[in-house]
Amino acid sequence: MRREDIKQVQGLKVAALVSVGRHPVTGRPRRADFDARAVEMGLSLVAPENMSLLHAGECSPERESALRGYLGMGIGALDVLDQPPEADIVPALEARLREMGARLVLCGARGEMGEASGLVPFLLAERLGWSLVSGLAQIESVDGDSMTVLQALPRGQRRRLKVRLPAVVTVDAAAQAARQSAYGPARRGELRRIEGEVTPDAAARDWNTAPAKKRPKRLKIVKAASARDRFKAAAAKAEGGGGQVLTGLSPQAGAEAILKLLREEGVLR
Amino acid sequence: MLDVVLPILIFAALALALAGALRRIGLWRQGRAAPVQLLAGLAAMPRRYLVDLHHVVARDKVFANTHVATGGGFVLAALLLIAVHGFGLESRVLAWALLAATAVMFVGALRVAARRKDPPARLSRGPWMRLPKSLFAFSVSVFLVTLPAAGVLPAGFGGWALAAVLALVVAWGLGEMFFGMTWGGPMKHAFAGALHLAFHRRPERFGGGRSTGLKPLDLNDASAPLGVGKPVDFTWNQLLGFDACVQCGRCEAMCPAFAAGQPLNPKKLIQDMVVGLAGGTDAAYAGSPYPGMPVGEHGGDVHSPIVLREGRALVDADTLWSCTTCRACVEECPMMIEHVDAIVDMRRHLTMEHGNTPNKGGEVLENLAATDNPGGFDPASRMNWAADLDLPLISARGSAEVLLWLGDGAFDMRNQRTLRALVKVLRAAKVDFAVLGNDELDSGDVARRLGDEATFQSLAARNIATLAQYRFEHIVTCDPHSFHVLKNEYPALGGHYDVSHHSTYISQLMAAGRLALGQWSGGKVTYHDPCYLGRYNGEYEAPRNALKGIGIKVVEMERSGFRSRCCGGGGGAPITDIPGKQRIPDMRMAEINATGADIVAVGCPQCTAMLEGVVGERAEVLDIAELVAAQLAAAPAQRVKEEVTA
Repeated sequence: MRREDIKQVQGLKVAALVSVGRHPVTGRPRRADFDARAVEMGLSLVAPENMSLLHAGECSPERESALRGYLGMGIGALDVLDQPPEADIVPALEARLREMGARLVLCGARGEMGEASGLVPFLLAERLGWSLVSGLAQIESVDGDSMTVLQALPRGQRRRLKVRLPAVVTVDAAAQAARQSAYGPARRGELRRIEGEVTPDAAARDWNTAPAKKRPKRLKIVKAASARDRFKAAAAKAEGGGGQVLTGLSPQAGAEAILKLLREEGVLR
Repeated sequence: MLDVVLPILIFAALALALAGALRRIGLWRQGRAAPVQLLAGLAAMPRRYLVDLHHVVARDKVFANTHVATGGGFVLAALLLIAVHGFGLESRVLAWALLAATAVMFVGALRVAARRKDPPARLSRGPWMRLPKSLFAFSVSVFLVTLPAAGVLPAGFGGWALAAVLALVVAWGLGEMFFGMTWGGPMKHAFAGALHLAFHRRPERFGGGRSTGLKPLDLNDASAPLGVGKPVDFTWNQLLGFDACVQCGRCEAMCPAFAAGQPLNPKKLIQDMVVGLAGGTDAAYAGSPYPGMPVGEHGGDVHSPIVLREGRALVDADTLWSCTTCRACVEECPMMIEHVDAIVDMRRHLTMEHGNTPNKGGEVLENLAATDNPGGFDPASRMNWAADLDLPLISARGSAEVLLWLGDGAFDMRNQRTLRALVKVLRAAKVDFAVLGNDELDSGDVARRLGDEATFQSLAARNIATLAQYRFEHIVTCDPHSFHVLKNEYPALGGHYDVSHHSTYISQLMAAGRLALGQWSGGKVTYHDPCYLGRYNGEYEAPRNALKGIGIKVVEMERSGFRSRCCGGGGGAPITDIPGKQRIPDMRMAEINATGADIVAVGCPQCTAMLEGVVGERAEVLDIAELVAAQLAAAPAQRVKEEVTA
């Protein structure tokens, strides 16, 4: 779908949470890819002036130039909640979002630096008490208190969902790529620094951090005699085999079934 | 009666022309300020016209003579007309001189009329078709009214009826030649052209000089526009330059994008800029349109955007992105208009203000910012191609006679073969050379031509800082784009280097007898001039000398030297990839094949990639370095033997 085809929604307050990314090859700070896609999704819904950008973290010159990458998408200002690295940013974000009266919060599925756990949207939605949808491919329409979205599933499948607003949604590689960041708007855009309450990250205090190790990848050996076989092997759906579909269960029974599976697989002990 | 009417006509026409001139100057002055030496420019103008401009016009001998007769005759006739009939100077000598001038002009007008009988497609029609008639009107009528003054005919000959008719024809002639000159007829080119020559934005081009580097934007000045979004964003002398266009279409005949059916015609673009500066639509344009785009749907004015994201304005973005910046139009333009500057100015606005670089443009610019090369490769892998060559790093040695600039071709497997051949040649000649290795960044050529001046200046500043750490005498590179940028565009940012293309350096090594070379025994070879080596830097001889040095007799293509056709790879054109009816490299390969050559010698990684991308039967594409390295046969072996015995 082309950008122009999407109807702009009037009166919807949209906020995108943006972080400082890290280029996968050179490690240079940049606008994070998923976050930029989230901003792009927001711009498909509302005009740039109705879109708020929110960043929680430090603001050094290097990080500032990376954040300006989002302003280069044509948005006039970006709010920076000044938070030291050891802070838990979720309470600060929650307070700011409530203050702004945002109805839709767009986030990248995970950051490219720091913990990059992908948990912020979940924790935020929990605290706000809003619905959360992950892996959005597209927002099809917004209609008063609800919106219709397409959620991306593996292998290019899409699921259409109706989501009640306010909501937090996350965006990953399935969403439309972000528009080019332009130098002029990036340079002119305003970075508004906002002092806020700082909550120390209690959970992280006891953690030990160590450099990540590359995990060995399981080799997928394809024994194919012809190109057709190779193509089939590459394009085939994963065969679950042992899976089962449970329908008509009570939440209690469903949870027990999931727990049983996790124990069998050794995820929980 | 004519004694009374003629002065009135002449001075009325002059007054109107003066009013028109002031109005026209006012239109140009809407543009931004430009550093121009007004008096020195005006003083230099006659020479620029008679020497530099004529040098370009004289490429078409027949038309050059036509223009000398018509233009020279007219200027002389106009001055004498004012003296003899305007001020009524009674001098037989002046009258006879006026007769002679109008006669010469008449002869010129005959030639103009002959050319207009069945004009080639590149010429604009419309008002230009009436120009020969107007020339006749002026020259014949002025001739006739001067006959009594010269004493050939008695005063009052023919009575008032003839006088009235003559006065009318004189009025027509004066209307076109005086009034039309400043109010926008075909003769506008004489007025605007003369001032354009005087106030040209690249005065270095006159007197045999060359000025091809793009002008930098001052990014520290936050109030300066980032490129050109509206006609007022051009400098006033750029607007003046557009107005000087004679619509001869020589640019159109040379433009590779136009020939390929992409939506660009340099002549139409300049005319659209004229529409922009004066306001209106392009409906009156009577030349070839942008291929595939009807005339009459575009328009604008000086304060409106040139390109709209949606809908129509003065120009469509695709037109601007079709240009390969090959400079064929600029080289060919008899009015010395700077098409490429204007196109890049407008691209700068699209990229830096709107982030609208088409197709892969955005990705390439992002890669350049994040990885310092357009492909997004790991900058630490820049030297992987030379892992076995043990190339000396200048960071380890501090100095070298020659700094070998690799260019982004270091990441391209095809160009790596060229680089290896070049290293082989340099080693055979025992050249003291070194490389920057992974410290080298993209020169910024593509970023700049895609309009991203910020990324260009960032890359350039860092390259200049790196180069400042080391001592070397020359930079040698096999990439004409890096060559041009290092040589012509870094000086404005504080980097001054002695840069040579590898073909120049190799031909110097040959001349100095430093290479032991065998003789070519292969097939027929033609040579494709890269735009950024030829038209941008005037280097046509060295590559041919290098080929001659290994015994190759170059079979020239029809379009070669300064008229070489672009391979389609310049200006980021392969990245923006605007569709046309055919591909530029296919057209070029057809020209190569037409020579019957088995091999086309090239001197540019872009040309290599574009020409090798042509499918079907084609000549083999080999870089000059590869051809020379292949003739080295004996030399390196001897050296090894010497080392062993020593």
